[in-house]
Amino acid sequence: MRKVSIIGVGQTTFGEHWSLSLRDLVTEAGIKALENANVEGKDVQALFGGCMASGRFIGQEHIGALMADQMGMNPLPAYRTEAACASGGVALRLAYMAIAGGMYDVVAVGGMEKMTDVSTEDAAVALAGAGDQESELFNGATFPAIYALMARRHMHDFGTTEEQMALCAVKNHGHAVHNPYAQFRKAITVGDVMKSGYIASPLKLLDCSPLTDGAAAMVLCASDKANEYTDKPVEIAASAQASDTLALHERRSLTGLHATEVAAKDAYKQAKITPKDIDLLECHDCFSIAQIMALEDLGFCKKGTGGRFVEEGNTDLGGVIPTNLSGGLKAVGHPVGASGVREAIDVVRQLRGDAPAPVQIKDAEIGLSHNVGGSGATVVVHAFKRGF
Amino acid sequence: MSKAGIIGYGVSIPHWRIKTTEIARVWGKDGEHIAAGLGVKEKAVGGFDEDSATIAVEASRRAVKMAGIDAQKIGAIFVGSESKPYAVKPTATIVTDALMAGPDLMAADYEFACKAGTAGVQTCLGLVKSNMIDVGLAVGADTAQGRPGDALEFSAASGGAAFLVGRDHVIAEINHTYSFTTDTPDFWRRQHEEFPMHAGRFTGDPAYFKHVISCAKKTMQIAGTKATDYAHVVFHQPNGKFPVRAGAMLGFSKEQVQTGLITPVIGNTYSGASMIGLAAVLDVAKSGDRILCVSYGSGAGSDGFDITVTSEIGKRKPVVKVQDLVAHKEYIDYATYIKNRRKLKSL
Amino acid sequence: MREALPLMWRNIPERYNLLGTRCETCGKSYFPQRKVCPTCRRKGKLAEAKMPETGKIVSYSQVFVAPSGFEHDTPYFLAVVELDNKATLLTQIVDSKAEAVKEGAKVEMVFRKIYEDSPEGAIAYGYKFRVIP
Repeated sequence: MRKVSIIGVGQTTFGEHWSLSLRDLVTEAGIKALENANVEGKDVQALFGGCMASGRFIGQEHIGALMADQMGMNPLPAYRTEAACASGGVALRLAYMAIAGGMYDVVAVGGMEKMTDVSTEDAAVALAGAGDQESELFNGATFPAIYALMARRHMHDFGTTEEQMALCAVKNHGHAVHNPYAQFRKAITVGDVMKSGYIASPLKLLDCSPLTDGAAAMVLCASDKANEYTDKPVEIAASAQASDTLALHERRSLTGLHATEVAAKDAYKQAKITPKDIDLLECHDCFSIAQIMALEDLGFCKKGTGGRFVEEGNTDLGGVIPTNLSGGLKAVGHPVGASGVREAIDVVRQLRGDAPAPVQIKDAEIGLSHNVGGSGATVVVHAFKRGF
Repeated sequence: MSKAGIIGYGVSIPHWRIKTTEIARVWGKDGEHIAAGLGVKEKAVGGFDEDSATIAVEASRRAVKMAGIDAQKIGAIFVGSESKPYAVKPTATIVTDALMAGPDLMAADYEFACKAGTAGVQTCLGLVKSNMIDVGLAVGADTAQGRPGDALEFSAASGGAAFLVGRDHVIAEINHTYSFTTDTPDFWRRQHEEFPMHAGRFTGDPAYFKHVISCAKKTMQIAGTKATDYAHVVFHQPNGKFPVRAGAMLGFSKEQVQTGLITPVIGNTYSGASMIGLAAVLDVAKSGDRILCVSYGSGAGSDGFDITVTSEIGKRKPVVKVQDLVAHKEYIDYATYIKNRRKLKSL
Repeated sequence: MREALPLMWRNIPERYNLLGTRCETCGKSYFPQRKVCPTCRRKGKLAEAKMPETGKIVSYSQVFVAPSGFEHDTPYFLAVVELDNKATLLTQIVDSKAEAVKEGAKVEMVFRKIYEDSPEGAIAYGYKFRVIP
């Protein structure tokens, strides 16, 4: 298996982009990534794109073809991956596998979603496809409700509080103030979160990531060729993925994602690391409770202690595991197909020293990205190592 | 013809109540005065997720559980209602699959205003006594609507009852049944209209009383009985007053009428009304008790039943008694009531 | 239209009568139905089985912002319920006082309208649960 590196990154701003279509978003991100990688279009051998629900949001399928066409790159092969909110992470993984396995030398990976053309209620129905349509959405369960059920049990079993969950959102917003790509760049307080009104108790409006339009892209290259393009390549030190039941109610536990534990273990084994070796984390905070569970399931703290772990400052810049220095899904925004790629990009930026100065970690060596589909039916974990 | 009668029954009364005084408040009327005049203190209201089909299913499941039979033995299901969720698509088939009673059975929905359920009982009785089927299920269930601001709004309520009719382990034998039927325009609802119309005071003597009294008298004549032979009498009960007056006119005491008079605390459940009253009586009846049940449906007609409770009554317990359903309640206000019953324009 | 009519019809046995699946090889029960036992896989002998109609609440949430079709039901309780045979399902909790809806509360199945697309559309009925009074 060959080593694979990232040689370029690019993304659109994330937000409600009334004037931008899906094809506008994906081409903008694609062009930025190619420029950042110093790579010619003709050198790219394949496109991988993650997109969850373009059919429901804009009536468009066949996204692989759309990407290749709009980037003017026909007749190269183009693939679409779908794994709900992990569509982007899975696209990255498949692109990695294609190079590692010797199929290609240079490929581009994108993640994209155009969510705001439909009403909020219809968006909720489309997103519910990430869960079990027939036994979850059928009963009136939206994604906030499904994560709320996990939050409630976590509070019952471990004493996690709404304030501890709120802190995750507060810290993420605080980081996003410095992120020019973020949907929300305003700091918020725990009081703001507590007063923001229940969506599905105990989760409130500000515990939930928003509906967002956006696209993010990267260029991947076989590591032994990476220096032809950039002097700041970032190696993919590990790529892992795991699955779990589609429906929340069939999981072995409501207070953690087993697929995260499995994928993380595999990733640590591949990269020969432990959580202690990781300098930063971009994790999947679709809801504040998800960040707390992720810290536990990824092994940064014991099960049940995630709330306190955040409260004690361990996820801050300078802490044990700086987390979501980009602002996370909560503040950057969550165009569902894009997030898995955007998380990886924000780790790469940190390792390259290209993050906004107020949140830049000094001499970061190893970073981890964590991308979840639905309520945990798919989890993708990647580890990145500075390659220069 | 073999003997036949009731082998089990079930009742469903929604959890929600609205007081007569609360409805009167909205229309600027004297609620206490109306409650006293109608003899209705509060009525049961179905929630947003309830309709006559969900009520029919709940009542039917309780009847089957009480009778302890395999639902596959049911050879016919008739559901009577004037507030069907579908104008075309029978509630009876929803009940069929909800009981897993099919596919080998007859089914249809009935309409005869408030006596659609008891008409189903008569049909089942005929099918059972003629040995065409072993067990029949007759249901009366409604989520009746009154036009906002109209007198009927105070009494129109949600509820239903299901009776299983068979030959084995009969707890209440139906000795005789008789019906009195005429074309009388006292209360009706035209196709596609949302709310019914009624003829005011005409709904009394020429309608309810003429049919109920005639039917009761003829049923007792056929049965060879008089009022004092009965432990209980159940009449259709559009309000708390008519059944008491009918009872007095026929020589029944207040005590004989009381047990089967439930409208004062749950309102008029239309197709469910006389059947819920009969269930309330059976909940406390003793072996050997004779019961007269006379329903009434506008349009108009009355079904009379002369019933004798058997010694099997002690061996079958209702899944939940009518009085327990009456007691299990939570009050709602008028706004919630019209939202639940979709009387808001956009609903 | 939310759900295709054939899908609604196919799911009647599950939704009206809680017909799930029991693996006769390992004894586990599953709801909704499965074609393959996650434990025994192809070695599992699966049969349709009626799930018990009572169980207890494992977790719950009160939903204030609903997906299309459920807007008028809010606020409503959703819960993960563990049935008496250990199979678990997701369901609404109705007709229960808010204080009674909590972890461990004993619940029983009721038959209710789940949704209707429109005044002209078909009505989907199914299971909900209520705290046993």
